[in-house]
Amino acid sequence: MTTLAICGGRLVDPAAGVDAAKDILLKDGRVAEIAGPGKLKNMEGAEVLDATGLVVAPGLIDIHVHLREPGQAYKETIATGTAAAAAGGFTSVAAMPNTTPVNDSPEITRWMQAPERGASVRVFPIAAATRGSKGETINDYAALKSAGAVAVTDDGRPILKDGMMRETLAAAARVGLTVIQHAEDTRMTQGASMNLGPVSFKLGLRGMPPEAESSMVERDIRLVAELRESHPHLHVAHTSTAAALAAVRQARRNGLRVTCEVAPHHFLLTEEHVGLYNTHAKMNPPLRSAADRDSMIEGILDGVVDAIATDHAPHAMHEKEIEFELAPNGITGLETALGLCLRWLHSEWKIPLGRVLSLLSAQPAALLGLKGRGTLAVGSFGDVVVFDRTAEWIYRATESKSKAKNTPFDGWEMLGKVRWTVSEGRVVHASA
Amino acid sequence: MKPAIVTTRRQRSTPPAPVSSFPYHPGSLLSVLDLTVDGVSQLLIRATELENEDPIGRDHILAKRRIALLFYESSTRTRTSFELACKALGADTTLVSSLSSSIEKGESVKDTGLTLRALGAEAIILRHNSSGAAWLLEESTRLPVINAGDGMHEHPTQALLDLRTILTHLRPGLVGVAPDTLAGVTVMITGDILHSRVARSNMQLLPRVGARVLLCGPKELLPEQAARSGPGIEIERDFDAALAQSQAVMMLRIQAERLAGLQLDLDEYKANYQLTGQRLAAHAPAAVVLHPGPIIRGMEITAGVADGVQSAILEQVTNGLAIRMAVMERALTAENGGRA
Ligand SMILES: [Zn+2]
Repeated sequence: MTTLAICGGRLVDPAAGVDAAKDILLKDGRVAEIAGPGKLKNMEGAEVLDATGLVVAPGLIDIHVHLREPGQAYKETIATGTAAAAAGGFTSVAAMPNTTPVNDSPEITRWMQAPERGASVRVFPIAAATRGSKGETINDYAALKSAGAVAVTDDGRPILKDGMMRETLAAAARVGLTVIQHAEDTRMTQGASMNLGPVSFKLGLRGMPPEAESSMVERDIRLVAELRESHPHLHVAHTSTAAALAAVRQARRNGLRVTCEVAPHHFLLTEEHVGLYNTHAKMNPPLRSAADRDSMIEGILDGVVDAIATDHAPHAMHEKEIEFELAPNGITGLETALGLCLRWLHSEWKIPLGRVLSLLSAQPAALLGLKGRGTLAVGSFGDVVVFDRTAEWIYRATESKSKAKNTPFDGWEMLGKVRWTVSEGRVVHASA
Repeated sequence: MKPAIVTTRRQRSTPPAPVSSFPYHPGSLLSVLDLTVDGVSQLLIRATELENEDPIGRDHILAKRRIALLFYESSTRTRTSFELACKALGADTTLVSSLSSSIEKGESVKDTGLTLRALGAEAIILRHNSSGAAWLLEESTRLPVINAGDGMHEHPTQALLDLRTILTHLRPGLVGVAPDTLAGVTVMITGDILHSRVARSNMQLLPRVGARVLLCGPKELLPEQAARSGPGIEIERDFDAALAQSQAVMMLRIQAERLAGLQLDLDEYKANYQLTGQRLAAHAPAAVVLHPGPIIRGMEITAGVADGVQSAILEQVTNGLAIRMAVMERALTAENGGRA
């Protein structure tokens, strides 16, 4: 394995409390040495990346992506999805189990991590909470965990029954796994394709009430409180409503282990961005009201939001070029997350760079217990992103490394360009 | 998109709402919002001129131009009206309906549209059960697309013909319109507003020519957010009180199965919202009564009112033909189509 030195850059490693000019040496996939500029001792034979004027940070971690394999390779493959991840500065992605078949077994969990998949970056499977994500039979969490699953969820098919959710939380707590809930009371969202409000009324589309999300989050928190003794960890996926975020905030004050993530589209866009039936603005949870969007920003500022996650959901072009109500939910997000976070969270809303990066690496790593990730302390994995934080550029979906082009951010101004992405000591993405 | 900065309540800049590139073709009529008030006025004026024109001369306007009618829902009334309007201007029409094979086989709207274009269609009139389908078709084909009803969304030619009917009765002699033409006029719309594309088109069009739109119906069929979907729209749940304020009364069809789905009692609905001769005489003795059809006599409206002196229901049908002639002429000839 080659030795890689990244020299001349500004090392920003929030988990280690570092923000200083440092050179860093990666050896055998791990961080071997960190030293002041020009002070690395074991450089002989090392390939050198000149990071002068650039930020060197722990590789980004996206805990909510859909890689579509097995079974839906026409939308995306693990190879193309992780290539997009690398292009976006991500070195770890947690892959949702709504594949075909559903990832509810150790076999599929292992298959997804096999070298034959050709992944550019580390893939952490999230296994299904129930058999086939049907919400009826609990899977074998111990077996899934030893096969590499980092959490369980029935993403997209929320666990509605109180008893089943309680059982899931208890069983996952026993083996130390996180339960991720896509919070949606689907009894309130039948036939709906966007947020319920004046915009959905005007467009003649059935709407999803915000309560469909918040009531489910409140129910889940109640169950976590009941199971307090066994310390379950509930993670709320793609939080989109003010009420759901308020419930998470309250649960934390009550000492419960409840975390949440927010997607860039939910802190940037509103239901107005649906425009005239733009299927690239159709996802679940949907784009909400301006007040909900503002709450997501507040939540990021005040710290209740634990992680930024993209919910990268690739679809084939023809699947999105149909009637809005019939089009599948989801947008891609891996290549736009950093550029949008720096452009808006950092530059516009003045969140310090270290905190923005923490939301994209250290915090998600801690949330899912990804050891040796999300930091560049000596001994950790050599997962690095090197980017020019002042570079402004325009995102072009046609140039995406993903198989899919379904993004509402095509043509948007981005801030911060990834120069190199290094996964476990190997350069997996480089751009001029 | 250029992130021009929009300021929110909390003085925090956020990305602006997107700018629409619809309609792509100046002849398209997807929504009443595609038209400026002046564009509406031009259509109304042309409708009158075309109606009065000698049928032999009129026949040359769109002679041999090819227009496709693409109907995913059956609708004898609207389809016949469009067909006759096209033919009155000399155009050739082709009907592709939900009974025909390509739609049956599950071909996409995009592919069906492209096929029609390749076959020489110069404009497409679309009726579809999904809101927004007309936008999809226009974006895919870049042909002039006329929205003849998309899901629960819009039915722009219906709103234009309703406006013409209202003008005939409340502003006799006036042909065109301006932003204040219907100032002081209240038009009430009663019934299943939630599922009605006729209501949505009228709600967006009428306030722009000065009218106040008053919506009436039970919560299940008329959610509160309806009043926030545009300017000049209000809700009055009491039917008699709404009637007393209105110069035009538009009744919408009620489907019994929809009421059942919402656990609404049919008799209770009729007691509260049926337009009867007695009610009309008591609260709106001079109002003009409209209904987009098909009527269910004895349901939302009594036979006596439908056939009565205040009813303009058949005039609406006649006006539809004139309006659709003007719309189809604009589709195939207009330079900028009076676009908004
Ligand atoms: Zn989800």
